[in-house]
Amino acid sequence: MKSLTKQKPFDEVIQLSDQLNRVFLIGCGTCATMTKTGGINEVQAMKKSLQDEGKLVTGWVVLPMACDEMTAELLNENKKAVQDAQCIIVMACALGVQRINLYLPLPVIPALDTLFIGMEKSPGHFFEACAQCGQCILGETAGICPLTACHKGLLNGPCGGTDKGKCEVDPEKDCAFTLIYERLKEQGRLDLMRKYHPPKNYQVIPRPRESRLL
Amino acid sequence: MKAGSNLEKVINSGQFAVTGELGPPKSADVSMIKEHAEAMRNYVDAFNITDNQTAIVRTSSIGVAGVLLQMGLEPVVQMTVRDRNRIALQGDLLGAVALGVKNVLCLSGDHQKFGNEPGAKGVYDIDSMQLLKGFKDIRDEGKFIGGDELEAPLSVYLGAVANPFADPFEYRVDRLEKKVEAGASFIQTQCIFDIDRFKRWMELVRERGLHKKVAILGGVTPIKSLGAARYMKNYVSGITVPDELIERLQGAEKKKEEGLNICIETIQQLKEIEGVAGVHIMAIAWEEVVPEIVERAGLYPRPKL
Repeated sequence: MKSLTKQKPFDEVIQLSDQLNRVFLIGCGTCATMTKTGGINEVQAMKKSLQDEGKLVTGWVVLPMACDEMTAELLNENKKAVQDAQCIIVMACALGVQRINLYLPLPVIPALDTLFIGMEKSPGHFFEACAQCGQCILGETAGICPLTACHKGLLNGPCGGTDKGKCEVDPEKDCAFTLIYERLKEQGRLDLMRKYHPPKNYQVIPRPRESRLL
Repeated sequence: MKAGSNLEKVINSGQFAVTGELGPPKSADVSMIKEHAEAMRNYVDAFNITDNQTAIVRTSSIGVAGVLLQMGLEPVVQMTVRDRNRIALQGDLLGAVALGVKNVLCLSGDHQKFGNEPGAKGVYDIDSMQLLKGFKDIRDEGKFIGGDELEAPLSVYLGAVANPFADPFEYRVDRLEKKVEAGASFIQTQCIFDIDRFKRWMELVRERGLHKKVAILGGVTPIKSLGAARYMKNYVSGITVPDELIERLQGAEKKKEEGLNICIETIQQLKEIEGVAGVHIMAIAWEEVVPEIVERAGLYPRPKL
């Protein structure tokens, strides 16, 4: 499982950091490193690009896991360079950005766009497997989530746009319900396709979501 | 009788029903759609009004329904789950009924990616099945989806769509059955060009006895040109256009005339299929041809009930 990100256009990073010419740069050693959007190589490339734009990079660090609370201590270790900066440019997902934002008074600027929490299917190929809806229906859908895998998030079977097992919205993509149907057929559980699923209760986890373990 | 609409009366009388389709304009100028509706007056039992079809912003289905009601014509309001959550959908049902709408067709809707606002957030709070069931419960139980009670009862004749040409084929009848259980009294199908496949689907429908529980209106579209036929074959998901039909159009001298002949022959075949209760004519951008189709298919005059 990874928090999937992509780099923002460089011009946008420059525009977001307008007038803030002394920069401290942060990458993330977990998801953004795996997805090659905010690891050491990308941070160094960003440093060079920022310098080419005339910015002063007061320092940089690739945190082991930017969203973790250890981040507080690691930022403290870089206190001098951080204090010299006018802003922090973060090459981590939005969780990392917000974690750093908790500890520093400086403007925090994301250099990445956060896309989704993805599961790796084959090396380098991630897909969204869970919409984190708070009411899991996988037990009745052959372990495939239609709320996530169907472009329309339908629960009661495929729309009329299925074409040879593919989705009309993206002909490269399998229709979620064709997959569910075939799987249930193999399991001898096609009766589940005939079951009516009532509307979801989105109040189960109201937004913004919060969970207290203790 | 669920709502006593003209469409419901025709269907219940056992006569072959005819509905037409109107696509609202990309403006608030409804003069053209009024003209089309006027031309079809007395030739169809009710008019389907699409709901921002292909996800393109247009005058709303309910708005045009109001215009039709002022003209003394009967609308079938289409409602998709793409743009509204359950609060808006239920509120719009009440609003439509208050205006005098008696027929509502529930569907998922084309994905927003295909329209002129591809950056829009697709709502899909509920799906078309849940919409049907929700509207049925409003009518039959006097309760909203959330369980709260209506202050006064309402009546409405509910329909849904079916696509016998999408896959998995075997499942398409299961899905129809699910829609019937959820509350559909009538069904309008995707455009039928592959009549053999439609016949196979109807066989499965009859095996389950569904044709006795729901009125199935076969969808037809007159093809204007060879290009249109090819386009539908290659680019419109969920529509099957057999090669023979393309060849027939190719060989024809007058393509428009041949397209019309094919459409009329399809209706004549539909009339012979046990369990088909009527036809839904979708002549979008060729509305003026509907009276001729209805007459030549032997469906004119329409019953006055």
